[in-house]
Amino acid sequence: MRALVRLAIAAAVLLAIYALQFGVEAGFTEYVQRIILLAGINVILAVGLNLINGTTGQFSIGHAGFMAVGAYGAAFVGVKLAGPLHGALGSGALTDALVFNLALAAGALFAGLSGLIVGMPSLRLRGDYLAVVTLGFGEIIRILFNNASFLGSATGYFGDDPSGLPAYTNFFWVFAWVSAIVAAIHNLTFSQTGRSLTAIREDEIAAEAMATPTTRLKVTAFAISAASAGIAGGLFAHMQAGVRPEDFRFEKSIDMVVMIIVGGLGSISGAILGGIFVAVSLELMRDLQQYRLLLYALLLIVIMIVRPEGMLGTRELHQLLRRKKPTPPGNPTEST
Amino acid sequence: MSLLELRAVDKIFGGLHAVRGVSFAVEKGTIFGLIGPNGAGKTTLFNLITGVYTPEHGEISFAGRNIAGLKPALIAERGIARTFQNIRIFRTMTVAENVMVAGHHLHKASIASAVLRTAAYERDEQALTKRARELLEIFGLAELAGEIAGSLPYGSQRRLEIARGLMLSPQLLLLDEPAAGMNSQEARVLNQQIRFLRDQLGLTVILVEHNMAVVMNVCETIHVVDHGETIAQGSPAEIKLDPKVLAAYLGEETPQTEASP
Repeated sequence: MRALVRLAIAAAVLLAIYALQFGVEAGFTEYVQRIILLAGINVILAVGLNLINGTTGQFSIGHAGFMAVGAYGAAFVGVKLAGPLHGALGSGALTDALVFNLALAAGALFAGLSGLIVGMPSLRLRGDYLAVVTLGFGEIIRILFNNASFLGSATGYFGDDPSGLPAYTNFFWVFAWVSAIVAAIHNLTFSQTGRSLTAIREDEIAAEAMATPTTRLKVTAFAISAASAGIAGGLFAHMQAGVRPEDFRFEKSIDMVVMIIVGGLGSISGAILGGIFVAVSLELMRDLQQYRLLLYALLLIVIMIVRPEGMLGTRELHQLLRRKKPTPPGNPTEST
Repeated sequence: MSLLELRAVDKIFGGLHAVRGVSFAVEKGTIFGLIGPNGAGKTTLFNLITGVYTPEHGEISFAGRNIAGLKPALIAERGIARTFQNIRIFRTMTVAENVMVAGHHLHKASIASAVLRTAAYERDEQALTKRARELLEIFGLAELAGEIAGSLPYGSQRRLEIARGLMLSPQLLLLDEPAAGMNSQEARVLNQQIRFLRDQLGLTVILVEHNMAVVMNVCETIHVVDHGETIAQGSPAEIKLDPKVLAAYLGEETPQTEASP
């Protein structure tokens, strides 16, 4: 019964996004539409990164690497699948949707696996050490793609024919994935797993003394975080109709960190706001190019002084809105 | 068979022999005191028992199985809970959440079922919430369940730490200076609570404590260490009169009356 209700809710959400798509396509210029899509992709990146940097308190500054793995993976698989599937199922919107989502899933899988590979040895490290490992990983990945000739080396990967990658990414798919990932990470965060991850952030020694399998949980959270960055990368690749190594430079990882710090480390709604903030502010600062990092640095310093917990702190928007009422005792978690 | 048994345990930090050949056995259902001057190695012994450190030599067996060298999470799962000398609660989480973290064994549902909120997940979550509530009620924290743990007064934080440890359904509870920072009134309440843990909940308790009023009052057996070595073991009455203990722990010139509560 409850499963049916949930399916109905999911269907209603998808339908609403689908309806909204027409409004967005009719009401906004191509330029604004593109910013909206980028904002959605940023939200996925921020909510995913927040799981590891915010909730679990481990610091990754190499998430552009996982995004790159997802982007290249989704681009490559999309191109290779399109031919055979169109041959077998005929060309049509449904086939396109199938190819696209399989490609995204493949991108997420590759990114998640690289998250496992990076996470397993390095999550035994704490704090700064982990940050350095992830930073190194991000750069190694970019340089690998820069030299992978079957993926177009430094020029980037645009598929096998000159028309480029099919641009599957549209409003509907971006926000369908945003909804799915935000819902999944929300449910994960407000569960026993989420409590354990927060406990690791608060006091890892105490968490271990309370039988929490800290390493396993950290690696799992890291892989989930990497996989969502992979989805974002796949959406990005099929929006650009191509991927280039320079899309995933160190600055991209810093943008992601800015998103979650501005929004409030540990808050999902904060990460959503932060993702939108960065998408809009990047457009406003487009003329400054890489000098925007100076402005971001300034912004981070101001936040550290004025509001170190970010916009929302570790709390969620809905918790802040009904703060006047005390939380019902014994039932602090959300159940949907 | 003793519930916990240490045999000739050694722990060395660089040049410091923090624990040297310590052996003792804790019988099931007893309250066992571990005392000694500052830096004697009491907390190191706790860290050895709970797997934070691995002993260089010696054996630690719990319920008949060797636990030396196991990871802390595994030892906790086997049934040893602890509190910390400097309170280590999860400060930004609520009181109820703090307790629930220790309830892994009640929450078998997978991550996927948590994401999908399956019926199995909800059932586990309810069992966990119910058990956490019971424990909070025992420790008089039920009405604070929704409060942020870090905002609780000191004494409540100490009680919360014990409640959280009990969520593991342990056989053995290690209390590291539970009376630290408590006044004599609070210490008396603590005495009753420690007895309650043993009498009503059937726990075995090991207590590290500097407050002699508490130690002499509740412990059946007291083990005294100094400079990492055992210097005495016996009943409170014996320990009070042991010349080695008086010399090492209380100081030779100190009148004996100060040792009694």
